[in-house]
Amino acid sequence: MSVLLEAAEGSSHLLMGNEAIARGALEAGMSVAAGYPGTPSSEILENLARVAEERNLYVEWSTNEKVALEVAAAASFAGLRTLCVMKQNGVNVASDFLLHLAGSGTRGGMILVTCDDPGALSSVNEGESRHFARMIEIPLLEPGDFQEAKDMTKWAFDLSEDLGTLVMLRSVTRMSHASGNVRLGALPEGTPRAEFKADGSMLDPNEGPVLSMPVAVKHGLQQERIAKARDLFERSPFNTYEGPDRPEVLIVTSSACTLYSREAVQALNLQGRVGLLKLGTTWPLPPNLLKKYLVRSDRILIVEEVLTFLEENVKVIAAEEAKEIGIKTFYGKNDGTIPMRGELSPDLVIGALSRILDVPYQAADPEYEKKAQAAALANAPQRGLAFCPGCPHRASYWNIRTALKMDDRDGFVCGDIGCYTLDVFPGGAGTLKTLHSMGSGTGVASGFGKLGPFGLNRPVLSVCGDSTFFHAAMPALVNAVHHRSNITMIILDNSGTAMTGFQSHPGLCVNAMGQEAPDVDIAKICAAIGAKVEIGDPFDFAETRETLNRLMEDEEGVKVLILRQKCALSPEKRGIRQYNVRVDEALCIGEDCGCNRLCTRIFRCPALVWDTENRRARVDEVLCAGCGVCTQVCPQSAIRKEVA
Amino acid sequence: MGTLQLPRDPYNLIITGVGGQGNVMASRVLSGMLVNRGLTVTIGETFGASQRGGSVMSHIRVSAQGTWSPQIPRGKADVVVALEPAEAVRVLAAYGHPGVIVLSNTRPVYPVGVITGELSYPSLDEIRTSLEELSAQVRLIDATDMAIRLGNPILANIVMIGALAGTGALPLTLDNFKAVMEQTLSGDKLEVNLKAFVEGMDVVKPQIRQQ
Repeated sequence: MSVLLEAAEGSSHLLMGNEAIARGALEAGMSVAAGYPGTPSSEILENLARVAEERNLYVEWSTNEKVALEVAAAASFAGLRTLCVMKQNGVNVASDFLLHLAGSGTRGGMILVTCDDPGALSSVNEGESRHFARMIEIPLLEPGDFQEAKDMTKWAFDLSEDLGTLVMLRSVTRMSHASGNVRLGALPEGTPRAEFKADGSMLDPNEGPVLSMPVAVKHGLQQERIAKARDLFERSPFNTYEGPDRPEVLIVTSSACTLYSREAVQALNLQGRVGLLKLGTTWPLPPNLLKKYLVRSDRILIVEEVLTFLEENVKVIAAEEAKEIGIKTFYGKNDGTIPMRGELSPDLVIGALSRILDVPYQAADPEYEKKAQAAALANAPQRGLAFCPGCPHRASYWNIRTALKMDDRDGFVCGDIGCYTLDVFPGGAGTLKTLHSMGSGTGVASGFGKLGPFGLNRPVLSVCGDSTFFHAAMPALVNAVHHRSNITMIILDNSGTAMTGFQSHPGLCVNAMGQEAPDVDIAKICAAIGAKVEIGDPFDFAETRETLNRLMEDEEGVKVLILRQKCALSPEKRGIRQYNVRVDEALCIGEDCGCNRLCTRIFRCPALVWDTENRRARVDEVLCAGCGVCTQVCPQSAIRKEVA
Repeated sequence: MGTLQLPRDPYNLIITGVGGQGNVMASRVLSGMLVNRGLTVTIGETFGASQRGGSVMSHIRVSAQGTWSPQIPRGKADVVVALEPAEAVRVLAAYGHPGVIVLSNTRPVYPVGVITGELSYPSLDEIRTSLEELSAQVRLIDATDMAIRLGNPILANIVMIGALAGTGALPLTLDNFKAVMEQTLSGDKLEVNLKAFVEGMDVVKPQIRQQ
C-alpha cells in the first residue's frame, strides 16, 4: 500500500519531498491534479495518480504545462481543491495563462507546484521560477524541509481560498528528490461536489464569470490579495529564527539552503555567533518580520539558489527601513560571497561564513585531499552520459549521421528536449547543432529552411520525441508546412515520456491513472497538417538510411519520418532480451581490421566494450539489452545474434 | 525500538554507482531499515539523467537528532558503498578522509570514453591500491558475480547492503532487511533477495572477525 494512503495520524515515514507534497495535497482534500512530466517534479503527480481510485481523484498528464494549468484551474473555478505540477521551465510554458489566472483569481484552493533544478542536474537550463511570483503578483511559498513540504502544501490550499488567488509552491531538486522523516496528518473523508457559478456580475469574485477584466478593477483586487498575503505572512509559523539575540551575522535563507546553512553553522561551531532566519513565505516578504531580525545584526548573509531573488527583495526592505534598522553590510551573490550559478552545498555556505567571520575551516587534511584527487584523476575515468544499451535513439542517430554523410551537403539537425538530447554528449553522434526548449528543434528548422535566398542551402533536419510532438512541436510543424520550409522532421517515437519515467501522453492508449484512453495518431496529424509522412524502424539500418536520403533530396516542402521503436527501459521491453548477442572471436580481427574499432569507437553502446587484453570487441552480458542492432555495424559480421 | 547508539551523529553514508545498478533502490531499502530502528534519515539523491551512463550517488545521513542537509559536506563520509569500483575512487576525492570504510563491488562498468578508446580504465589492482591508501578499511566484493549465480546481476545492490550489514558499522540485521522487503516483495523474489543479503553479510563477516 502506498504511504500516501496511510491512515494512522501522527505516524512517521521516510518520504521523498515529492511524496510529502503529494501527501500534503491529499490531507488538504485536493480533488484534481494535472501536470506535465519534468525532472525533478514528476513523482508528485505519479504518486497521486497511483491513489486516484482510492481517494476519488482526477489526475492527468496534460499535453503541456499551459494546458495542465488550465485543466487544474477549471476545478478551482468549480470550487474544488486542485494542484498543478511542473518543472521550472514549464512555468514559462504556462506563464501566459498564469498571468490571466492571477488576474481572474481562483475559487477552490489552487496550488502551482514548481520544482526548480539549481545546478541543472536534470535540465538544459538553470531557470528560476520564483521571479514569476513577483512578476505575476501571486504568493510564493518555499518549504525548508520534508515535514514542511507536506505541511506547507496542506496549508497553501487554505491560504489560496482565504485570498482567492493561486498560490505558488516552489521546491528544488534537493527537496523534491531528497527524502526525510515526515509525520503524517489525517486524511479527510468524502468527495466534494463541483459547482460552477458564473451568472453573477462581472465584478463578483464568487459567482460572476471568471476573467481578468475589467483590468483596472481586477488588477486592483489582485494587488489587494497580495497585500493581505503580506499581512498574513507576518505571523506565519513557516518563518522561523534560530540563534542568539544579537548575532554577528544574520543568515537569511529559504528552501534546501536552510539545511545547508544550518549545517554550516554547526560545522563551524558558530551557534552562538550566527543567526538563521529561515523564510517559508518568500513573496511577498513580510516587512515587519524582516525588520525585527535585520535590526539585530549589521552583517546580513543571503543564501539562496539560483538568482538574487531574496537578496533583491530583502535589500528593498532594508533600504526602506534604513532609518530604523541602520545601514547593513550585505553578503550574497552580488558581492560574490555566494556563487551566482550552480547549486549550493553545505561547503559553499561554510566557505562564505568562514570568510566573513575569519574562522578557519578545513574539509579534509590537504595531504589526503591531494592524494585522493590524484587517485581519482588516475583511476576514475570521467563518466559521460550515453544512450542506454538497446536505446532506439543510438540507432536513429547512427542512421541520421550516415545519411548526412552520404548526402554530402553539410546537412545538420535541430533538436530539443528528451533523451535524444544526449546526442550532443560523448555517447552521441554529434549531429545536433541547435538545442533549446520543448519542440523548438522544428521551429528553428522551419526558420533555417527559409534561409536559402540568403545563401544557406544545407539540408535541414529536426528531431523531436513523441511526447514533445504533442507538447510543443505541432505549431512548429504547421508553421513549416504553411511557409513551405524545406525541412525533414524526424519524430523519434519510443512510445512514452521516457526521460522522466514513462508517463503517459496523448499518443498512448492509457492515461495517467492507468485507464484506457483514445490514442491520438501522430502520423495522421502530420499528414493532415500537410507533410509527407513515412514510418520506419530505426533498428533497420539500410531501410532507414535510404528513406532519410530520399526525403532529404526531395526539396518540396516538409517531410516527416516517424522512427518507431520502444524505449529499452519501457515496461514492455525492460529485462526482456530479444537476442543473445556475442562477438565471434574467430571473425573479429581486432585492431588489424581496417574498421579502426568502428563498433566501440563510433557506435558507443555501453554493453559493447573493447577487451584490451584480447584486443577484440566483447559484449558485456550483464549490460547487453539484446536488441541486436550492433550486428549491423561490424564490417566483418563478427557480432552475432541468436533469438533468445 | 529504543535509541540506538551511532558511532557518530550524523553518520554519513554514500552509495555510489552507475545508472541502472539499483543505486536508488539500495538507498531506499537501507534507509527504510534505519527508520524502522527509530532513527531519522535524510537521503539526497542525484538521478534523472542517471540511467543514461552517468554516475549516481545517494547521500544518506543517519541521526538520532533530526534532519540534515541532503548533501554530505566534503571530507565527511563515514562509509562508502560502491556498486562500481572506479566510482568508489571518485567519491573519495570529494568525500573521503583517512577513517572512511569502503565496500566496493569489483565489476567495472566502462564509461563511454573508455569504450571509444579516449580514456583508459584502471586495473582492479590499481583501484585496490588507491582505495587502501585512502581508507581505514577496504573490502572488495565480487557482488555482481555472486548476483549472477543467484540468477540476476541486479541483486548486486542487495549483496552490497548485506555486506554493509556484515561490517557491523550500523545497526542492520537480516530481520530488519526482511521487514522492509516484505512490504513490496513476496515468494521467490523475496527469498532470492534475502539470500543475496545473507551472502553479502557472510562475505564480510569472517574478515571483520580476523581484524
